[in-house]
Amino acid sequence: MSFVEVRNVSKSFTSAGKVRDVLSGVHLTVEEGEFVSIVGSTGSGKSTLMAILAGLLPPDSGKVTVGGESVRGIHPHAAVVFQNYSLLPWFSALENVRLAIQAAFPEWPRTRQVDQAKRYLETVGLGNALQKRPSQLSGGMRQRVAIARAFAIEPRLLFLDEPFSALDALTRSTLQQVLIQMCSETGQSATAIMITNNLDEALLLSDQIVPMTRGPRSKLGTPIPVKLPRPRTDVQLLHDPLAVRTRAEVVERLAEFVHEGQRDPRKTLEVPKVAQSKAVEEQL
Amino acid sequence: MGDRIVRFLLPVVGVAFLMFVWTALSANVPDLPSPLKTWEESKVYILQPLEKRGEMDQGIVRLAAYSLYRVAKGFLLGIAIATPLGFILGLSKVFNRMFDPVIQVLRPISPLAWLPLGLIIFQKSEPAALFTIALCSMWPTVLNTIAGVRTIPQEYRNVAKVLRLSRVQTFTKVLLPATLPHVFTGYRLSLGIAWLVIVASEMLTGTPGVGGFLWQEYNSLIYAHILLCILTIGVVGFLLDRMMGFVEVRLRSI
Repeated sequence: MSFVEVRNVSKSFTSAGKVRDVLSGVHLTVEEGEFVSIVGSTGSGKSTLMAILAGLLPPDSGKVTVGGESVRGIHPHAAVVFQNYSLLPWFSALENVRLAIQAAFPEWPRTRQVDQAKRYLETVGLGNALQKRPSQLSGGMRQRVAIARAFAIEPRLLFLDEPFSALDALTRSTLQQVLIQMCSETGQSATAIMITNNLDEALLLSDQIVPMTRGPRSKLGTPIPVKLPRPRTDVQLLHDPLAVRTRAEVVERLAEFVHEGQRDPRKTLEVPKVAQSKAVEEQL
Repeated sequence: MGDRIVRFLLPVVGVAFLMFVWTALSANVPDLPSPLKTWEESKVYILQPLEKRGEMDQGIVRLAAYSLYRVAKGFLLGIAIATPLGFILGLSKVFNRMFDPVIQVLRPISPLAWLPLGLIIFQKSEPAALFTIALCSMWPTVLNTIAGVRTIPQEYRNVAKVLRLSRVQTFTKVLLPATLPHVFTGYRLSLGIAWLVIVASEMLTGTPGVGGFLWQEYNSLIYAHILLCILTIGVVGFLLDRMMGFVEVRLRSI
């Protein structure tokens, strides 16, 4: 049995008497230690799926199991990184991270909790901003705090809900490296499920990419493995022949899946067209 | 520079206008003292603000202090009840449905209506005054706390859920700080009402204070002192609101 299993999950919302089927018949399996990205366009119900996976929202039908147990509420060894940082503005960076540690390891003495929080904030490069409040930090720095907070509880399962989509391109790529570094350096074999609308981000970080159709009645496609050696970098993804080929293959399979699932595939996925043609040129 | 002068002059013009209307009125209403006469008859209360000559015959600051002390007690009693009540009603839909009609009916009742009831229940004027102040001033705090709890962003609730905070942690680390600015707005409005109520309750119970003094001087036909009291009430109320507003701004900036 896989570490995370999603079986036939469906979810609808009713607003103003209208029923909106957001997800219908979603299947997904994730092995322990794997990094899986779910790629879909905005409005495809990605966040709903994430909320169900993380246990924030119950599905209407179907089942989510983690480690063989069905999800009821938040998994005790899970951490979530949200798109909008979700830091508590009345606490400093250090206090935000320590609160998570305090909740996860209440038996630890205070000093150990503080040390752990400091250590993780230093790892994400915020060693000199420990006492700053979120309002005094830039967007990128806030997301660093959120990443530190997620890793500081030493999670076995990590949920990333469009973690970098609120950031500018440069900050985004720096933070992707921070995330890669956290995943490898902390020596934790955390299983990660990331939701994103950015294919390059998925290629950079994932072992598997799972395409998602556009809503309503969104479904997930067959996982596409990304067999690129790690560590990966943006530059490598653009120039390395194997990476370019993998990228083209992924794009092709995404397009195929989208054609199958959708009548109008054009706007379904955010595939940077310029980058795509460049990659093809280089391949020739 | 010109801006500054204008900013200083405009309020002066406003006050001068009020004085003009007052003077004009007093010229036509025989019993209404003019500003000058009011000052002549009241200056002993203002120039010796802490003097105590008799039970009611005291310096104006001393009288205001009695009233403020009474307001402080009633106000603290009021918010001590209102704050937890607001949180309970904000967090529980069931309780809110249950008590919303009660609140809506109790809220508009005037202090003049509550005071006799307080006198019946407590038999003494002082607790009756506190009862009235507390009952009248608590509603803005109740309603603002409810609104504050309701409008906590889903984001913060999700943080509490995702971090698996205990109930106590969720309350002290998330709910309370997120609601605090709203609660404080409630406190500010409540204090304003408490200060309105003090005069009515002192008038009816005849206890020393600005309101009590006002009523006594009305009965003694010294109308200038009524105006002195009115102005004092206004100034003190203004200062209280400014003080609370100052704290409120600091809380919101967090």
